[in-house]
Amino acid sequence: MTQVGAAPAAAAPDRPADLLDVARIRRDFPILSQVTRGGHPLVYLDNAATTQKPRQVIEAVSRFYATGNANVHRGLYELSERATAAFEAARERVARFVGAASAGEIVFTRSTTEAINLVAQSWGRSNLRPGDEVLVTAMEHHSNLVPWQLVCQQTGARLRAVPITDRGELDLDAFEGLLGDRTRLLAVGHVSNALGTVNPVRELAARAHARGALVLVDGAQAAPHLRIDVAELGCDFFACSGHKLYGPTGVGVLYGRSAVLEEMPPWQGGGDMIEQVRLEGSTWAAPPARFEAGTPPIAEVLGLATALDYIDQVGLDRIAAWEGELLRLATERVAGVRGVRLVGTAPQKVAVLSFLLDGVHPHDVGTVLDDTGVAVRAGHHCAQPVMERFSIPATVRASFAFYNTSDEVEALARGIERAGEVFR
Amino acid sequence: MSSLSELYQNVILEHNRSPRNYRVMEEADRRAEGNNPNCGDSLTVWLKLDGDVITDVSFHGKGCAISRASASLMTATVKGKSLHDAQKVFERFHRMVTGRLDPADAETLGKLAVFSGVWAYPTRVKCASLPWHALRSALSPDTPTT
Repeated sequence: MTQVGAAPAAAAPDRPADLLDVARIRRDFPILSQVTRGGHPLVYLDNAATTQKPRQVIEAVSRFYATGNANVHRGLYELSERATAAFEAARERVARFVGAASAGEIVFTRSTTEAINLVAQSWGRSNLRPGDEVLVTAMEHHSNLVPWQLVCQQTGARLRAVPITDRGELDLDAFEGLLGDRTRLLAVGHVSNALGTVNPVRELAARAHARGALVLVDGAQAAPHLRIDVAELGCDFFACSGHKLYGPTGVGVLYGRSAVLEEMPPWQGGGDMIEQVRLEGSTWAAPPARFEAGTPPIAEVLGLATALDYIDQVGLDRIAAWEGELLRLATERVAGVRGVRLVGTAPQKVAVLSFLLDGVHPHDVGTVLDDTGVAVRAGHHCAQPVMERFSIPATVRASFAFYNTSDEVEALARGIERAGEVFR
Repeated sequence: MSSLSELYQNVILEHNRSPRNYRVMEEADRRAEGNNPNCGDSLTVWLKLDGDVITDVSFHGKGCAISRASASLMTATVKGKSLHDAQKVFERFHRMVTGRLDPADAETLGKLAVFSGVWAYPTRVKCASLPWHALRSALSPDTPTT
């Protein structure tokens, strides 16, 4: 069993901050103890881009290469059998994490991006016809927008987008209006990477299904913060990434409802995805193998399974409670800094704080913060339509994880104040 | 001197606050845009020519302190220069911000030397060079007029 730094849940329930022993948890993340080039302790607030890895994950990856490395689904020898068993056990682990009915509904990909492209190219190319519509939102990360633009160009389908309100929420009235008889698929982000908004995916999915459309949820930003149950969400596809879940880069997950996956043709061809190959043609393996051509990221998948164990040990509820506290503290403290304007103020948010500092470009804020050891993202966050919606080129984004502290919120706020001093 | 004040030298901060030649130019002879896909910043550079001499130059757009100050100092530097000489300054500037400047060239850059600290910030090199890449496009005779 994975041992983590979480203390037993002994504190009073009205003080969620006490439920996590953050200092102890931080000792599980070796990278967090480093000092930056300016001589400051690293304050890592770019968790929406990628999360840091606990030593349990690093050791699992390392252990596989040291003692268990072999290709999967091939060898007749012990090592390969062990690797295959571990790999398939990881698939079961992921299935439990997202609430899939069976491991057969879990396809391993390289990333969330690849998972969405898989659906766009496999399901989309074989189902979309000229005049059909794919509904996305103006809040999407480019990875849940551009694949649909491509498949719409290829099939003659039309791409439509649900607009965003001033607070950074989806305009649900507009959504109703855009949902029509030609809507074949709703592709929606569960949580906005640029704004932190949590979208009412369950309701959106129910309404889309009522019109006969399928639903894909980009869960890259949701899975690290919210308990995911694809059955409860009612989605047909759910995509997420290992590296945003405290696991390795290079592994993504696509959940697909088995009845839908069964009907989908392969996307990439190669080894492992076939039943029979003859020179004149081939037949396909059943899902999920049909969608996993070539050697998969084996070590990364095992690392991801270990990361999910780690998350469960800490407890998603306690993670959500502490991150909620960090968001509350950061929102209050940062919004109080002279000249700061928050972008994205939805009532339902994860711990992502996007903001502007009056008269100072986000890149300059980012560089000043970096000089004080605070790592944030400054830019359009691969969500240019969101920036366009708010008529801004970029924002500064601080995104928190459960290993962040209230002292780090303070370091962020002081860094922003310093940026204000440098440029005024 | 901290690394931050080497990057944000007073000249840069001053040009960021009050950029020179910051305006849309009507009836320009050359016009070129620069975009940084990493941050969404974009600016436009206009040239007014008399033969091959740059008689007027201006810029407008969105950018950080580095790109704004760089554009401002760039316009101040190339105004009055020939297209050929402006191209030479571009090349020297580019070598400087990527840390490949020949020391012999350093003194020819004058005020532009305030950007010599940028090469230590790889993510900011593109900010400093954005206006210069737009200028280089504008220097080319293939660039359409406004």
